[in-house]
Amino acid sequence: MFLGVELSLIWAVLIAVAVFLYVALDGFDLGVGILFPFAKSPKERDQMVAAIAPVWDGNETWLVLGGGGLFAAFPHAYAALMPALYLPIGIMLTALIFRGVAFEFRHHGRERGRKFWTIAFAGGSLVAALAQGFVLVGFIQGNDFIDGQFVGMPLDWLTPFSCLVAGGLALGYALLGATWLIFKAEGDLLKRAQIWARRLIIAVMLAMAGVSIATLALDPLVTERWGVSMMHIEWPVFLKLAPLPLIAGVLALLIWRDAPGPRHLRPYLLSVALFAVAYAGLGASLWPYIVPFEMTPAEAAAADNALGLMLAGAAPMLPIILGYTAYVYWLFRAKVPADEAYH
Amino acid sequence: MEFDALLLSRLQFAFTVGFHIIFPAFTIGLASFLAVLEGLWLYTKKPHFKNLYLFWVKIFALSFGMGVVSGVVMSYQFGTNWSVFSAHAGSVIGPLLAFEVLTAFFLEASFLGVMLFGWKRVGPKLHFFATCMVAIGTLMSAFWILAANSWMQTPQGFTTAADGTLVATRWLDVIFTPSFPSRFVHMTFAAYLTTAMVVAATAAFALLRGKSNAENKTSLRMAVLMMAIVAPLQVVAGHESGVVAHEYQPAKVAAMEGWWETRAQQPTILFALPDEENERNIAEIGVPAIGSWVVAGDVNAELEGLDAFAPEDRPPVAIVFWAFRVMVAMGLAMVGLGLLGALLWALKRLDTTKIYHRLLVLPGPSGFIAVLTGWIAAEVGRQPYVIYNVMRTENAVSPVAGEQVALSLLVFMVVYAIVFSAGALYILRLMAKGPDTDEAPPTATDRPPGDALAATEGA
Repeated sequence: MFLGVELSLIWAVLIAVAVFLYVALDGFDLGVGILFPFAKSPKERDQMVAAIAPVWDGNETWLVLGGGGLFAAFPHAYAALMPALYLPIGIMLTALIFRGVAFEFRHHGRERGRKFWTIAFAGGSLVAALAQGFVLVGFIQGNDFIDGQFVGMPLDWLTPFSCLVAGGLALGYALLGATWLIFKAEGDLLKRAQIWARRLIIAVMLAMAGVSIATLALDPLVTERWGVSMMHIEWPVFLKLAPLPLIAGVLALLIWRDAPGPRHLRPYLLSVALFAVAYAGLGASLWPYIVPFEMTPAEAAAADNALGLMLAGAAPMLPIILGYTAYVYWLFRAKVPADEAYH
Repeated sequence: MEFDALLLSRLQFAFTVGFHIIFPAFTIGLASFLAVLEGLWLYTKKPHFKNLYLFWVKIFALSFGMGVVSGVVMSYQFGTNWSVFSAHAGSVIGPLLAFEVLTAFFLEASFLGVMLFGWKRVGPKLHFFATCMVAIGTLMSAFWILAANSWMQTPQGFTTAADGTLVATRWLDVIFTPSFPSRFVHMTFAAYLTTAMVVAATAAFALLRGKSNAENKTSLRMAVLMMAIVAPLQVVAGHESGVVAHEYQPAKVAAMEGWWETRAQQPTILFALPDEENERNIAEIGVPAIGSWVVAGDVNAELEGLDAFAPEDRPPVAIVFWAFRVMVAMGLAMVGLGLLGALLWALKRLDTTKIYHRLLVLPGPSGFIAVLTGWIAAEVGRQPYVIYNVMRTENAVSPVAGEQVALSLLVFMVVYAIVFSAGALYILRLMAKGPDTDEAPPTATDRPPGDALAATEGA
C-alpha cells in the first residue's frame, strides 16, 4: 500500500500510461512510415524522415518500458500473455528492426540500398502497426490459460475481428502521422498532409465504429459492461459510458475542421485525444483485468517489495524523463525546411 | 538431441543476445571516446578533435541503431520464450531491468537525438552535455544488465515465497552479488578495449594509405594509450572475475580450465580436445601445477575438477573450454599490441613504423571476438542452470510450440544477416574513407610548374 492505494493498482496505471505514451508518440513515427508510399518525391520522403528522426528512439523506449515494466511489475501477466502472443510479438519486433535501422541505413545506402531501406522503412512501419493491432486483440479477446500458463493455439489471435482492429490501428497511426506532418512540414508536403488527415479521419471513424460494434459481439462481459447488445440497449448502463463515443464524434469533427486550419499543432493533439478516448473505452471494457477475464493486477503482480522498490525509483525518474523528453521536443519544435539534409 | 522448444529457444536466445552484445560492447566505448573528443575540442579548439568527433559520431549512430532494435527484441524474449523463468524470478530480477529502462534507455535515446541532430541547433557546451549524457547512459545500462546477469550467476538476497516464486529479502544483496563488481569492471574494460582496437585499426589503415594527418595520428595515439593502460588492467580484472567464479561456480571454472579430476597441482592447459564421453582430454598440452597457483595462489591447493559434479550438473565442456581460450588469446594480443605501441611512442616512431600499422589492422575486430567468447564462456558455463543452483534452464522455457520457435529463429537469422551485412558495409565504407581533415593535401608541389592542373588547384 502507498498512500492508501494498492501498489499493484499504481503500477497498472503507470504501465497503462507508458503504453499510451508509446501509442501517442511512436504512433506518429509509424504513421509517417505508413504514409511514405504516398509521398511525391524522394525529397519529400527525406523531409518526412527529418520530421521524426530526432525523437523516434525516445518514443520507442516507451514500448520497452511497457514490456519491461510488465515483466517487472506483473511477471505473471507477462508470463501468461507473451507465449499466447508469440507470433504477433515476433512479427512486431522484426518489423521494428527494419523500421529502426532504416533511419540511418537510408542515409548511407547508395542507389539500390537506399531504395531497399526506403521500402523497409515503410513496410516495417506498416507491419509493426498491424502486428500491434493483432497483439491488442490477442490481449483483449482472452486466451485459454490453465494455472496462468497459455494452453491455446499459436494462431488464436488471427480472426476476422483482429484483422479489423489491426487495419483500424494502422489507419489511426497514419492519422497521427499525417497530423504530425501538419505540425512539422511546410510547403507542398504540408498541403498534402492536410488532405491525408481529412481522408484518414473519415476512415478512422468508420473503423472505430466497426470495431466498437464487433467488440460488443465478442464477449458477454463487455456487453454487460456497456449495457448494449445486438438485440437491445440497457439505457441506464449505457448512458454512463455513452459520453465516450460522443466525445469521439466531436473530436473527429474538430480534426476534420482544423486539419487545413492555421493552427498546425492542434490536429495532432486532437488525434491524440481521440486515441485517448478509444483507450479509455478499452479500459472501461476490460476493467479490472490485466490479463482479460483471467487475472487482476493484484493477482498478476510481483512481490510488494519489488513494486515498492520500483516505485521509489520511478517516482523521481519518470518526472525527470518526461522533463528531458519535453526539452528535446522543444528543441526540435521548428518546421522542417523543405531542403533539410539528414544530420 | 531433439529440436524442441527448449533447445530452439536456447539457440534463439544465444543468437539474438550474441548479435545484440556486439553493438553495446562497441557503443559503450565509443560514447565515452566521443565525449572525450568533444571535451578536448572544446578545451583546445584544435580542429582535428572536431573532425574526429564528426567522423566517429556517424559510426556511432549506425551501431547504436542496430543496438537499439536488437535490444528491444531482448526485452520481450524473456516472456515469449522464458515465461516460466519470468514468472518465477520476476519479483527479484524484474526491478533491475526496469531500472535499466528508467535510468539508462530514456537518457540515451533522448540525448542521442540532440547529439545527432542538434549540432547546429544548440551551443557547443550543451551539445557536449548531450554527448556526456549518452555516454553515462551506456554505462548505467551496463551496470544494471550486469547486475541482473550476475544475480543469475551468483544469486543471493532472496527467498522462496509461499506460492513457490522467488522474492527478494535484501535489495543491496540482489544488486551487488559476489560476481557483480569484477564482472562489471571486466565488461566495461572489454567495451573500452573493443572500441580502442577498432579505432586503432581505422587509424592504422588510413596511415598505411598515406593519410598522415593530425586526425589519424591523434586517434592512433588515443587508442594506443587506452590499449597500453587498460589491456594489462583487464588481465587483472579477468583474473579477479575467475577467482570469484571459482569460489561460487567451481564447475564453470573446471570446464574453462579443462580439469576433469579433483586434485592438487592442477595444470594450466594450453591446448586440448575435451572428450566429454570418456571424461578426459585428448592431445593435451599444458604446464603442470601452475593452474592451482593461478586460481588459488598455491600450487598445492586441491581444486575441484568436473568429477566433483554429477554429469547432469556439468556445463558443456568443450564450448566453455575453447571460448575461454579464444578470449584469453585476444586479450593477450591486445596487451602485446598496446605495450608495443607505447614503446614505439616512447621512441617517437609510432607514426612511421609501417609494420606496426599493419599489425593493427587485422585485430580490429578482436574486441568483438573477445566479448562474444567471454560471454559464451560465462553463459554456457552456468549451464545446466539459468539461475545458478536455483533453477534449471530446462524448467524455465515457455509453453510454446517448437514450430513457432523454429520459425522465429529462422526469421531472426535472416533478418539479422541482412541488417548486419548492410550495417557492417556502411560502417566499413565510412572507415575506409576516414575522417575529414582541415590540412591541405600535399599535392600542389608534386606537379611541374606550368602544369595545367597545378594552375587550377589554387583556385
